[in-house]
Parts: sequence; C-alpha cells; structure tokens
Amino acid sequence: MEQSSKRIGKQTVRFQNPVNILSAASTVGPKEGEGPLKEYFDQVITDILYGQKSWEKAESRFVEENMKLAVKKAGMSMEQVDYILCGDLLNQCAGSTFGIRALNRPFFGLFGACSTMGEAMSLGSMLIDGGFAQNVLLGASSHFCSAEKQFRFPLDMGTQRPQTSTWTVTGDGAVVLGRKKGAVRITEVTTGKIVDLGVTDANNMGAAMAPAAADLMMAHFRDTGRGPKDYDLILTGDLGTVGRELVVELLAKEGYYLDQRYTDCGIEIYDPKTQDTHAGGSGCACSAVTFCGYYYPMLLKGKLRRILFIPTGALMSPTTSQQGESIPSIAHGLVIESPEKEEY
Amino acid sequence: MEYWNAFWVGGLICVIGQILIDKTKLTSARILVLFVVSGCILGGIGIYEPIKEYAGAGATVPLTGFGYLLSKGVKEEIDAVGALGILTGGLKAAAGGISAAVLFAFFASLLANPKEK
Repeated sequence: MEQSSKRIGKQTVRFQNPVNILSAASTVGPKEGEGPLKEYFDQVITDILYGQKSWEKAESRFVEENMKLAVKKAGMSMEQVDYILCGDLLNQCAGSTFGIRALNRPFFGLFGACSTMGEAMSLGSMLIDGGFAQNVLLGASSHFCSAEKQFRFPLDMGTQRPQTSTWTVTGDGAVVLGRKKGAVRITEVTTGKIVDLGVTDANNMGAAMAPAAADLMMAHFRDTGRGPKDYDLILTGDLGTVGRELVVELLAKEGYYLDQRYTDCGIEIYDPKTQDTHAGGSGCACSAVTFCGYYYPMLLKGKLRRILFIPTGALMSPTTSQQGESIPSIAHGLVIESPEKEEY
Repeated sequence: MEYWNAFWVGGLICVIGQILIDKTKLTSARILVLFVVSGCILGGIGIYEPIKEYAGAGATVPLTGFGYLLSKGVKEEIDAVGALGILTGGLKAAAGGISAAVLFAFFASLLANPKEK
C-alpha cells in the first residue's frame, strides 16, 4: 500500500484502517453541571477544588480521574493503552503532565490551546491507522480558575468580566481510540493552518478564531468535494455566539451555506440567560466534554451519522498579549461517522 | 446633605469606571492606573481639592482619591523640605493607606479563600 495514497487534497488524510472510538468520558465542574447538558456528563464534580489545595491540582485531578474513567468505559486496563496524548492551557501543559504522571504510560504532551482535543484526536487516529498503536488514550482539560489566573486576573482580585468574554469550561474530556471494532469511527482528518487576521482583543476570542474555523471548513470541502449538506452536524469548538455568526458570514461569501446543523460547543454548554457566562464557553475542555458527553452518545445511537468536528484554538500566550501581539488561531477538523451498515 | 454629596460624586466616579469596563477594551488593571494617574493630575493642577471639599469621602475613597493624595503629599513635602519632597512626599502622605492595604490583605488571606465567581 502506498503511503501517499492516504492523502486527499492539500490538508486532508483519509484513513485506510479502521480508527474506532471505543469510549468517551467527560468529567465537569459545578457550573457545567448546572448547564443545559448537565444530564449527559459522566461525572459532575460540585467542588471546584475537587478536594485539592490549588486550582492547578484540581485540574490535574480532573485529568487523572477522567482518563481512568475513559479506559474503564472501554472495558480495558491502563496497561492496554499504548500512548496517552493530551494537553491543556496551563504553562508547560502542567495540568496534563501532573494528571497522568501516575498512569505510567508512554505520553505525548500536546499544546493546541482550545483546539487540543482536535489535535489529539487527529494524531491519535494517525497512530492507529499507521499501525503504531492498538489503543490510544487522549484528552484535553481546562479549569476556569487556573485559566483566569494565568490568562486574565487572579480570582482574588474580583475583577469584572467584559460582556464579550467567554467562560472557561472546567473539566476533562477523554476518548479511547482503538483498532478493535466499534460503532463510531474517525474517517478523515483535515489539519488546520495558523490564521491570524490581526485581532488583538483577548476578551473577544470568538472573533479571533472564526477565520481559522472558516478556513478549515473551506479546505475540508475543497479536499473532499463535499459540502455542508453532507453532514448531519458541523460542530466548532468555542467560538461562541459572536464567532459562529462570523463563520456563517465568511462561508456564505465562498458559496457555502450553513444552516442550523452548524453549531458551536461554546454555545451549547451554558445557558447565557441564567448562568451569566456572557459570550459562551471556551477552553480545551469546552469542545472535549461537549463532544464526549453529548455528541458521541448521539453518534453511538445512530441519531447522527456523519459529523464534522472542529475544535478551535487561540495560540497566544499571556506574554505575547501583553506585548500587543495579535492572536494566531487554528482549527482542526475530524470527520466522525457511525455508518448504518458494517463496511468491514 | 454631605452624605448625599459623597454618595453621588463617588457613584459618578464609579460609573465612569463601569462604562470604561463595558464599552472599551481597557482591562481593569489599566483603568485602575488611569484613575490613579488622573487623580494625581487633577490634584496637581488644583481641580481635585474643591471636589474633595464638596464630596468628602465620595472623592477620597475611589482610586482617584489615592492619586490626589500622592500629589497633595508631594506639594506639602516640597514646602517643608524642598526638592527632596518630590520623591518622598507622595508615599509619606499615602503611607497609612498603603500599610493598611497590605495589612488587611494579609488578614483577609488568612480568613478567606478565592472562589469561582
């Protein structure tokens, strides 16, 4: 088999071996546990500190507990996991490394900001299709308090949040990918390029990331020859209401019309009317827990047959923001299917 | 009457801050600095003094009042000891407030923990 034949177009690969999602697990914090998706999450932790002494330790515990849960739900033991791929928003990906250090498995730490879940699923799928792994455990996490502290202001300061700002999702979403047969599989991956249109407002991430999501969608449609109508659902990561409108506008200019089958995890996870979350949810966990908790089960039950899942990320650091740099953004696309008939 | 004046002047200063948070891209830290510097300038050119006379705590409690205090301290210290007062006057006048802030922050940290908003 020629290796190059797996590539279709400029940014997309199509897998030749089955890449199955064997399980998905989601553990969230109190705010998410009060939101519209509360009944779909596996675990809601009402203590934002998760019994720990710091926000960072709490985030790591979310990672560890949820990773273990995903493996358990797949009916496996941790020893059967060939690789762990995960990441978070904290400096040096500390939330992930401290979370999985006791799991004792080969590990790749990833940073894709809020697109980390997409990056992990892309690379994990390639590891499996390439025959380098039988099972891969992957995930992404974020924590409202540790993210506020690092990217905005310490919570002790009690600073007010502007209306365009988003609320970082507390939690961890994890998936086990494997070669073993499963009902839901990842069939294609479109890898995003960095798009930076010069937005500098760190309180308006939706507007910064929307062009990256639109660019990814157009690349995907070009590479595959498909259009928005070929998907039961197109799901971006954390653009929020502002960003979603921008994407619809940008795609319409190119002749692709998105309807109500296009939504955003940041819009679905909170109720802005009762939860005071302003522009919506964000953070690595936003797309991760929404996919794992809500949309994966819908694929599993066959309510959705083919979705295009596009976690989005803003790749700035607190230092670059303070120096007035704009926000480079990225999006990663995954085609996830649950075919009616067994194809192999 | 003096309560009323303190209330509406202090409230008005805070309203300016709220509008800056909601309508501009300024972070709260920048607004804080802006308020202190404005108070300092208004104090230096003699505009804040009459506002303080009129509104009392309504003008001294908001951040602009801290800026005013710095400028006032510098002026007084220059009169007392000369040019060295430019460097020493501000903090000398504000010493009580700064020490109280550090001290009370320390006690508050012993009693309270930060929470999700």
